[in-house]
Amino acid sequence: MPVLKADFGLCQGYANCIDAAPEYYDIDDEGVVVLLREEISEAELPVLEEAVRSCPVSALTIER
Amino acid sequence: MERTVVIVGGSVAGVRTAQALRSEGFVGRVVLVGDEPEMPYDKPPLSKQFLLQEHDQDAVRLLTRDAAERDRIELCLGAAAVSLDTEQHQIQLADGRRLDYDVAVIATGASARRPPWTTSSGVHVMRTLRDSRALRADLEREGPVAVVGFGFIGAEVAASARTRGREVVAVDPLENPLGRLLGPEIGTAIADLHRRHGVVTRFGQGVEDICGTAGGLRVRLGDGSVLEAASAVVGIGVQPNTGWLAGSGLDVGNGVRADEHCRAAEVADVYVVGDVARWYHRRHGEHVRVEHWTHAVEQAVCVAHNIVHPDEPRAYEAVEYAWSDQYDWKVQVAGRPTACAHQVLVGEIGGDRPRCAALSAMPDGRLAGAAVLNWPKALVQLRRLLGTGGGHDEALARVRSLL
Repeated sequence: MPVLKADFGLCQGYANCIDAAPEYYDIDDEGVVVLLREEISEAELPVLEEAVRSCPVSALTIER
Repeated sequence: MERTVVIVGGSVAGVRTAQALRSEGFVGRVVLVGDEPEMPYDKPPLSKQFLLQEHDQDAVRLLTRDAAERDRIELCLGAAAVSLDTEQHQIQLADGRRLDYDVAVIATGASARRPPWTTSSGVHVMRTLRDSRALRADLEREGPVAVVGFGFIGAEVAASARTRGREVVAVDPLENPLGRLLGPEIGTAIADLHRRHGVVTRFGQGVEDICGTAGGLRVRLGDGSVLEAASAVVGIGVQPNTGWLAGSGLDVGNGVRADEHCRAAEVADVYVVGDVARWYHRRHGEHVRVEHWTHAVEQAVCVAHNIVHPDEPRAYEAVEYAWSDQYDWKVQVAGRPTACAHQVLVGEIGGDRPRCAALSAMPDGRLAGAAVLNWPKALVQLRRLLGTGGGHDEALARVRSLL
């Protein structure tokens, strides 16, 4: 099952992931990404691939 | 039969279109044409981390050869497109090759507007990796750097040059240059931040002339005064790269005109994406051209969807969003923050690291846009409200509740 990962040190709070996939990503008071869910299904992959690619600093990945 | 999509332009809009085609399940050929001979790279770090020497060139790549191979993206780099023949469905390259397409995607971006002054060295623009390499090397010298034009690029370059220990003088014809993008209060706060870091600002002054060579430039201002500088960086905007489309029949006044589905007007099977696109934005009720990174990425996803599902095309009407990082400050802009003369400021704008948002309203009371300083959480809320047509009052209440 694919798993969402985030590099919290790299995250700069640009928030594109939250715009692209609000059910999976949020942001905390310090402006760092929060993973709302980690395990995803294959069917959810296309949307999450776009969300991952929308991060300007490549802080997000999907592990398979 | 397998379709071939030829994407012209190897920057973020083009690369993301290619990748999004695969995410959408496209199985045909994807050919990516880029005029620069090197692997596609990302532009935001060029005025920041790359200039600061925090990133090397491998860190700014948008695509590796392995990733291209994995997604079956055929790379055709170092090959500028010189014409588009929409009747023959062919793109001609500078080296004489002709590429047949079923669908063409125009993603040729924009180029830095060139300074009108004729100097042989020492005057830079900041757009390509090559530009950034040249300035990065030049910042090794001693002596002041003149930054001409204080938009986001000028301000970021000023912060980077200052952080590398160079004296910096920033010149702009407007009294509050960032105010034009962000509103007067945040514009002033950022100019003050630069001054606290030692940048000398000469705002309200145009540059009349630059002469000399690297290490000994003379920058003459509108009031007749002359600045001595070792290097100069000119950030006076960009122009869409549409020269190669002359004769194609496309409307290329200020970018390639396209419909709400990002299909080029007047011809079949041609889509437009990124800085070069002037598409019909339904919510705004007008054709717009946007030069933001996130716009390129989001429009690429929409274009890929529309290529793969031509019978269920999506209209592209994303909320404008851009950011700028200067020193340890984070500026984020969503929608049209200076749409009205009157902005309402929420939060604290004073101090070393203020956290605030300036919200502008449309005449009908909806939120028009916002400029946000060091407050990503507020930005998220505002961006969401802009997408759903939320009211200015509602936006104020939501952002205030985050204080």
